[in-house]
Parts: sequence; C-alpha cells; structure tokens
Amino acid sequence: MTTEHTLVAPRSHPERSFGFGARLLGSQAFWASVATLIICVAITTISGTVATYENVFNTTRNFAFIGIMALGQTAVIITGGIDLAVGSVMGLSGIVFGLMMTSGYSLWSSILVALAVALACGAVNGYLVAYLQLSPFVVTLGMLSIARSLVLVVSNNRMVYQFGPDEELLFALGGGGLFGIPNPVLVLVGLTLVLGALLNFTAWGRHLYAIGGNEQAARLTGVPVNRIKLSAYLLSSLMAGIAAILMIGWLGSVTNALGLTYELRVIAAAVIGGANLAGGEGTAYGALIEAALLEIIRNSLLLAGVDPYWQGTFIGLFIIFAVLLERVRGKRDTALFERIRGKRSG
Amino acid sequence: MGDNGAGKSTLVKIIAGNFPPSSGEILLDGRPVHFHWPTDARHAGIEVVYQDLALCDNLTAAANVFLGREVRRSFAGMFRCLDNAYMYQRARELFAELKSDTRPADLVRTMLGGQRRAVAIARTRLARARTVLMDEPTAAISVRQVAEVLDLIRRLRDQGIAVILISHRMPDVFAVCDRIMVLRRGRKVAEKPVAQTSPEEITGLITGAIERVP
Ligand SMILES: Nc1ncnc2c1ncn2[C@@H]1O[C@H](COP(=O)(O)OP(=O)(O)O)[C@@H](O)[C@H]1O
Ligand SMILES: [Mg+2]
Repeated sequence: MTTEHTLVAPRSHPERSFGFGARLLGSQAFWASVATLIICVAITTISGTVATYENVFNTTRNFAFIGIMALGQTAVIITGGIDLAVGSVMGLSGIVFGLMMTSGYSLWSSILVALAVALACGAVNGYLVAYLQLSPFVVTLGMLSIARSLVLVVSNNRMVYQFGPDEELLFALGGGGLFGIPNPVLVLVGLTLVLGALLNFTAWGRHLYAIGGNEQAARLTGVPVNRIKLSAYLLSSLMAGIAAILMIGWLGSVTNALGLTYELRVIAAAVIGGANLAGGEGTAYGALIEAALLEIIRNSLLLAGVDPYWQGTFIGLFIIFAVLLERVRGKRDTALFERIRGKRSG
Repeated sequence: MGDNGAGKSTLVKIIAGNFPPSSGEILLDGRPVHFHWPTDARHAGIEVVYQDLALCDNLTAAANVFLGREVRRSFAGMFRCLDNAYMYQRARELFAELKSDTRPADLVRTMLGGQRRAVAIARTRLARARTVLMDEPTAAISVRQVAEVLDLIRRLRDQGIAVILISHRMPDVFAVCDRIMVLRRGRKVAEKPVAQTSPEEITGLITGAIERVP
C-alpha cells in the first residue's frame, strides 16, 4: 500500500514539500502526545505514585470510555457537526442494557438491544441533521434532554446492580484484561486503529473530510452527503453504546447518572486532539491521545490533593485553551500561505 | 450569456443533476433524460466546471479531482480502499495535459487561482465526457490563463466534445463559440449562430434593450 501519499493531509500542514518532520511538528496530536508524556513524568517525579501499575491500570481504563466516545465524536466533528447527546445516549443504552441483564436475558442479546437503542438515537440525530438539514447543535441538544429523561422513565429511578445469569461474563468483559491491559483499553486501541484506517484509506473517510471542508462542493461533485452525515451520527451513538456496556461491566452497577455530562469531556478530547469544530479536520489518534491527556490531568489533580470540585474548571479551561491554540495556528498558517503565494507570483 | 442573476448557473446545476427542473425536459441525443444525482449526469457523459469551482480546501488537488468518484481497489480480498497511488498518477497526467504546474499532493488551500481552476477542469477530463459545461471559466484570471482556457475549449471541440461556455466576456464567446444563447430573467431570449449576430445585438439582448429575437 502506498501509505506515504495519504490524500487527506492530517491537518495544519500547508505544503507537503516541508516533509514529514515539519508535518509532525505542525500536528496537534504530536504536541498533545508530548504534553501528555511531560505531564506524566512531572507528576511521577513529584508524587512518585502515578507510575505504579495499579494507577496506570486505573487511569488508562478511565480514559478508555471517554476515548471510545471521542472517536465517534471526531467523525461527527470532521463533517462540521457536533454530537451533544453522547452522554445521554450512553445513559439510555446503559440503563436498557442493565434492565435486560437483570431480568435474565443473556449478555449477547442485552448487548444487541443496548446497541440498537444507541443506534436508534443516532439515527434520529442523523436523519434530522442530514436529511432535514437542522442545526446539529440544536438537534443533539434536544436528544441530550430526551435521552436523559428516558433514562429516568425507563429506570424509574432504580439502580441496577444485579445482572442475572451472565453477571460474571459481564464483569469479566468490563473489568478484566488481557496481558495486564484492561479490556476497555484494548477495545479503544482496536477501534482507534479501525477508525484511523477508515478515515485515511476509504472513500467514506475522504467524504467525511470533504463534507467538512466544503459541503456544497461535496454535493455538487456527487458525494452522498446525507448518507455520510447520517453514518457519522450513527457511529457516534454506537460508540456511546459500546462505552456504556464496558463501563457497566467495570462499575458493576448502573445508575441513572451514567454518562451524565460526559459530552463535555468527549468533545473536549476530540477538539484538543485536533478535530476542528469548523469541520474538515481531525484524526482518530488525536482523539485517543487527548482522552488520555485529560484523564491523566484529572487523575494527577486528584493525587495532588486538589478538590474534585475543581475538575470542571480545568476541563473547561482546557477546551478554551485548545480553541485558542487553533486560532493562533490558523493565523500562523494563513501568514505562511501568504508568503508562499507572494513567492510564487512574485 | 446573460446578466448577473439571469439564471445561468442555476440552469447548469439543473443540467448537471443538482436541482430538479420544475418544468421542461432535457433531451440528450433526442431522448429525454432525468438526472436525480450529479452521478446520473456524469454517467450520461456530462461534466461541469462550476462557477465557484466546487473545491474542498482541506483536501489535496488529486483528492479534489476524484471527489465523488474515488478509485478504489480491493485490499486483502474484501476491503475496498482508496487507490491513492493511481489517483496521484492520473491527476499528475491530467495536470500535465492541461499544462498546469499544479502538484497533485498540494492542498487546494495553498493554491493560486489558476491552479484551482486547473483542478476543477481536470475533473472533466477523467471520464469520456460528451458534453462539458463551463460556468464562467474565464472570470478573474490573467490574460495568459484566459488564452489557455480558450485553447482548451478548442481542443475539446476538436475531439468532438460539445462545450457549453457560460461567460460574461464577449470577446471570449465570439472567439470560440459556434452558437450563442442569451438568457434573461430565467428565460431564453435568443439563440443564434455566431456568424449571424454581433456583440452589439447580444449586448442589447442581455440588457433587455432588444426584447427577443426569434
Ligand atoms: N428559471 C428561473 N426561475 C426563477 N428563478 C430563477 C431561475 N433561474 C435562476 N433563478 C434564481 O435567480 C438567482 C440567480 O441565479 P444564477 O443562476 O446564480 O444566475 P447567474 O449565474 O446567471 O448569475 C438564483 O437565486 C436562482 O434561484
Ligand atoms: Mg452564475
């Protein structure tokens, strides 16, 4: 395969002739990885606790749920949309899953139904956004409210902590691991690889970027814009369903607060990972690494004895900082283009 | 030809299958055709260079050329993945054919007007087109580039491809066209062979000074 010529340049890189090194230095995902490493090392040397196996295991598993959802969110954001409903969809598909398990259905049929519920939410979002061309912000905000309220309706404010005959299997799925790596992390890594391949090597991926870059042009050239947009919202909801099941297996219980306010962390991870809210940019790897970064910072703050009430403040600051960074980079790139143009025509 | 807002671009988009016509029919080789999607029109051999070029800034030149009809190949016998190597190669050939210095791997965002136009025109050369519609291809480019576009139109004509040129520039139209049609307020008001008309008459038809000619 000729992977060196990826038609979709990851982002931010104005000229291929600058080569791989420059492209790497220009990529947000790269800098995020560096930041993550530095923070890890810093925290380890200060507290001496992060690096314990226990802690790494916990941290990585925590970010896996956010990371999985950030992958779907990235696909939506690439098309220039946004999915605010992921947290609520996670809650709804999770509570349906819990209730099915507790009333004795097998793990697999419960998973199937839970994912179907998630997909149904995604289908509604996608249909309204793609085919009726309603604003993604408003549609998914509505779905956020609807799905969360359905969680309460369906659960009747009950908590589920008994999961019937397949309970052991479920706990093994969410809480277990392979070669010392937690299952949710394995799922996250697998899905990241799959999405990365889809984005870079398939027409579907190419069309996502095209829609985000210039939806009108995509339509004129015969890209099936509506279908592709719908698929992005379906993917985002499906990821929320998968995250819900894994998280329940890990927690060992479902409450109606499952996934509450997760949309914030998911969108934060996607955006700091380089997905541009204006559309047309974003990578699977960026979403993964940013979910990790956010969780590590959260964890570090906890270890450092910072009151957990401050967490929201830090995540909020992070989002704003990422968008600010975007702006600065945008300006720099524009200046670069001007120089290139000047040189060529001059 | 037609004034701003006469409905030229809209007509182009109807012919290209982007909008459904509210009335009337499109005949191709004497047979009525119905296009529901841009791909339908392309299958019938109709290619379009849109007025705003319809490019995605965040994609490379080659990706834009093949947008909506990416070349795929089977990978491991089941996955259909993009054949980027082929698309780069083909785009490079097309740009060479168009005598453009556009590089297939450059992002369109970084390109100049002439290069962007080359990308849009290269699209029309992908398939075996029978009709090429060009919506104001000579607007806002340098004199040398205008000459190149006109030259290209002549080459297409010599290959037996019908070119429908939409333009504001009278000299261009009279230089390359065989027939002139004038559109005013969404209606056809004239259709004449170039030899039987004059720039003055066409100007009159465009502005409405001359109501219509049979
Ligand atoms: N046949 C028509 N009947 C009614 N409105 C039309 C018709 N053709 C075009 N329009 C409208 O006129 C406006 C300008 O059309 P456009 O095709 O962009 O003009 P041009 O390309 O000639 O400058 C558009 O808003 C379009 O919807
Ligand atoms: Mg026009």
